[in-house]
Amino acid sequence: MIGNYPTGRQKGALIPMLLYAQDEIGQITEELIDEVSKRLSVNRVEIEEVLGYYTMLHREKRGKHHVQICTNVSCMLRGGEELWEHACGKLGIGNKQTTADGSVSLEEVECIGACSWAPAILVNYDFHFNVTPESLDALIEGLRTKQ
Amino acid sequence: MAELVTLTIDGKQITAEKGTLVIEAAKKIGIEIPAFCYYEGYSLQAACRMCLVEVEKMPKLQPGCTLPAAEGMVVMTDSPKVVEARKSTLEFLLTNHPLDCPVCDKGGECELQDMVFRYGAGESRFTEIKHHANEKQWSPMVYYDPARCILCYRCIRVCDEGLGVGALGLTHRGVHAEITPSNGDHLECDECGMCIDICPVGALTSGSYRYKSRPWEMNHVGTICAHCSNGCKTTLSIRNGEIMRANNRDQSGINGEFLCAKGRFGYDFVHSEERLQTPLVRKDGELVEASWSEALALVAKKFGDVKAKGGKFGVVGSARTTNEEAYYLQKFARQGLGTANIDHRRSGDVASLLNALAGKRDALATVADLYTTKAALVIGSDLSQQHPLLAFQLRANYRHHGSSTYTVTRGPVREDSYAARSIRFEAGDEIGALDQLREDLSKHASVVILFGDSVKGGDVAKLVAFGDSLGVGVKYVCLMDYSNSRGAWDMGLTHEYGPGYEAAEQRGLSLPEMLAAKDLDVFWAVGANPLADAELGSNDAFVVVQELFLTETARRADVVLPAASAYEKNGTVTNTCGEVQRLKAGAKVMGVKTDLEIMGLLAKEMGLDLGIWTPEKVFEEIRRTVRGYNVQLPIIVTGGAAPTQPVSGQLAVLPDVSLVRSAEDTLFTSGSLGRYSKMLNAAMEAPGKLYKE
Ligand code: SF4
Ligand code: SF4
Ligand code: SF4
Ligand code: FES
Repeated sequence: MIGNYPTGRQKGALIPMLLYAQDEIGQITEELIDEVSKRLSVNRVEIEEVLGYYTMLHREKRGKHHVQICTNVSCMLRGGEELWEHACGKLGIGNKQTTADGSVSLEEVECIGACSWAPAILVNYDFHFNVTPESLDALIEGLRTKQ
Repeated sequence: MAELVTLTIDGKQITAEKGTLVIEAAKKIGIEIPAFCYYEGYSLQAACRMCLVEVEKMPKLQPGCTLPAAEGMVVMTDSPKVVEARKSTLEFLLTNHPLDCPVCDKGGECELQDMVFRYGAGESRFTEIKHHANEKQWSPMVYYDPARCILCYRCIRVCDEGLGVGALGLTHRGVHAEITPSNGDHLECDECGMCIDICPVGALTSGSYRYKSRPWEMNHVGTICAHCSNGCKTTLSIRNGEIMRANNRDQSGINGEFLCAKGRFGYDFVHSEERLQTPLVRKDGELVEASWSEALALVAKKFGDVKAKGGKFGVVGSARTTNEEAYYLQKFARQGLGTANIDHRRSGDVASLLNALAGKRDALATVADLYTTKAALVIGSDLSQQHPLLAFQLRANYRHHGSSTYTVTRGPVREDSYAARSIRFEAGDEIGALDQLREDLSKHASVVILFGDSVKGGDVAKLVAFGDSLGVGVKYVCLMDYSNSRGAWDMGLTHEYGPGYEAAEQRGLSLPEMLAAKDLDVFWAVGANPLADAELGSNDAFVVVQELFLTETARRADVVLPAASAYEKNGTVTNTCGEVQRLKAGAKVMGVKTDLEIMGLLAKEMGLDLGIWTPEKVFEEIRRTVRGYNVQLPIIVTGGAAPTQPVSGQLAVLPDVSLVRSAEDTLFTSGSLGRYSKMLNAAMEAPGKLYKE
């Protein structure tokens, strides 16, 4: 991957590198930071800067299925908040928490760019539109059995 | 010649090089555009919006710190629109600022306070609760208070660009944004405190100074750092004789904005509880306290007796006492005691360099030259560790002028990261690497060659011959260890040379020879600790030691005379580049005397006539009589650095180079002195290692 970036600009690989690594191991670990810092010759603290800035990078372990529910204006107007409450209740976890079996984690997010089909949610990289509490239940059941 | 443009700022016309930033152009004609994030010499940030100016034909206000001057540009720095914008920026910065000025270290010298005072913004529309985050300790040296931080990025840039450390970053966003240290919750870095100095507000505070004093309660005394040979000016802030802090207040020294951990935090040895404050005299085998008059009379009597019976003296001087003290000591030894046995521990072979440069003009590089030379070659030194200021200068030269640095070292050094070429060579063999560099170096119009203790004697001659063969202007720096390592050589604290490298009338014993001699009658150590790693061969020698602390050598003494440190005296020191600078007394420690006064009183007690012993008078004599030291007085008295001239003509005798060895101090060690600095020892990086990066 590093080779795809022009000489001297290898630092550009930082975000995709972190993202792909996170997909694989479920979180950004200390070892990962050290490794990336070595491979790209960037200071550790520069990686910390990126981690602190981007909400999609997580230092805590996420569930296998990371459910992100938008509660920003458009979604809120169309039931996003209720959806959020419902999900919390159903899973028994709160924001940025993971179910005991590690299958599902929850996150309340700002706009995910799907206002036309609000309320929208994102499970890992997959969008789900016009979600209702009922369809959310079915979705979560599906995720759980899918493991 | 760069293209010139003419622009108008507040109705005044100014011609500037195209590309000059408006903020700099304005400065040239005495117009100050307020700024927080802009800091001369570092990358542009445009983060604070304090510098907004109105420009004709531009619809919006422009940041003056990033706007390049252009032909015909008409800039207004105090139009009503600008004034309003400034107020808003300040109001915005203050929305979450704690306003704890009454207890903030920065109070009274805070840029945010000054700006608010100047540009108003007394009222705030913000009535919500402020976001608070707790203060954090990052290291024994550096503390961070996120609530006070205005996110100007100055600290990040100085650490990354200036030092090449890159220990700071900015994490999180919006109101949660804060500066984060390299290791998450703590720093691992040079602990130089440059980030503290450059912080416009009180967000970064110093472990030694925080909550201790108000700036207006202290006297600020600009003097020269007591530690390494680079000769940084450090301003001691003194309250009732006590040093409350050391920093870079007026930036008027050769070091500009630079100071390393030793210069900034390493002053605490001065007030160490281990300082000697009473003379000690050995009675029945024990060192017991005595009065000055008793101790001095005892020493004078002994010196007189040994001199009268033609006995053997051994005198060791220091690489840390002033030129005046070194000069006076050798005069005392040679003329007063009639001995030729005088030496000090040498850490670089400057004598061979001066010999090889005989007849050349301007061949010694100054600290300033390191910032302007086109190329530099560093041989046998871990510069960032051993010579922090010189390393800082080279890095700044690279950043600002694209100069090239070459390193020939036995292990990795920080300079490698931007060096044009780095070559690994065993210590002592480095000269062998030169041929590989000839072609590269001869491409540059000017070269400065810096060499450490592994290059000495014949190798120095070879090095200068190599420099000559490049066909370009070459200057040299002989790297040495301590604040007056250079002056100790120059003033004649060696057994082979008198002051100014005149061959000593009689060649006496060298330091190792004195230590080995079985028949020494008197061993006199002034500010030196030779017994730290050696034994004194003569069991019967009467040992006199002038020292700050009860060192190994002082413990063996018959009389210990408590001496003042560099921060408690006036005088001059010469840095590793051969520049003479003035020390100004700041701190006061009860019970001690300067080495010069001690020697003067001894001379009086012995009835010797060695001249008046005030620093001014001795310096006058040095200027008159020591080759190379006829430096310009106005430069010295105004706190500047006056370059010495290399002695003209070859030296009559060659130096004993087997004695040259650096103590290899790091950023956190400083010979015997460093042991008594709690701050330096508290750093988790201490003692540190050379050639490890
Ligand atoms: S103390 Fe020096 S090295 Fe450490 S973070 Fe501050 S600027 Fe960087
Ligand atoms: S800590 Fe100081 S220098 Fe660093 S960003 Fe904050 S205000 Fe600026
Ligand atoms: S570089 Fe040397 S002279 Fe300068 S502050 Fe550090 S120890 Fe002192
Ligand atoms: S000084 Fe120009 S934006 Fe900060």
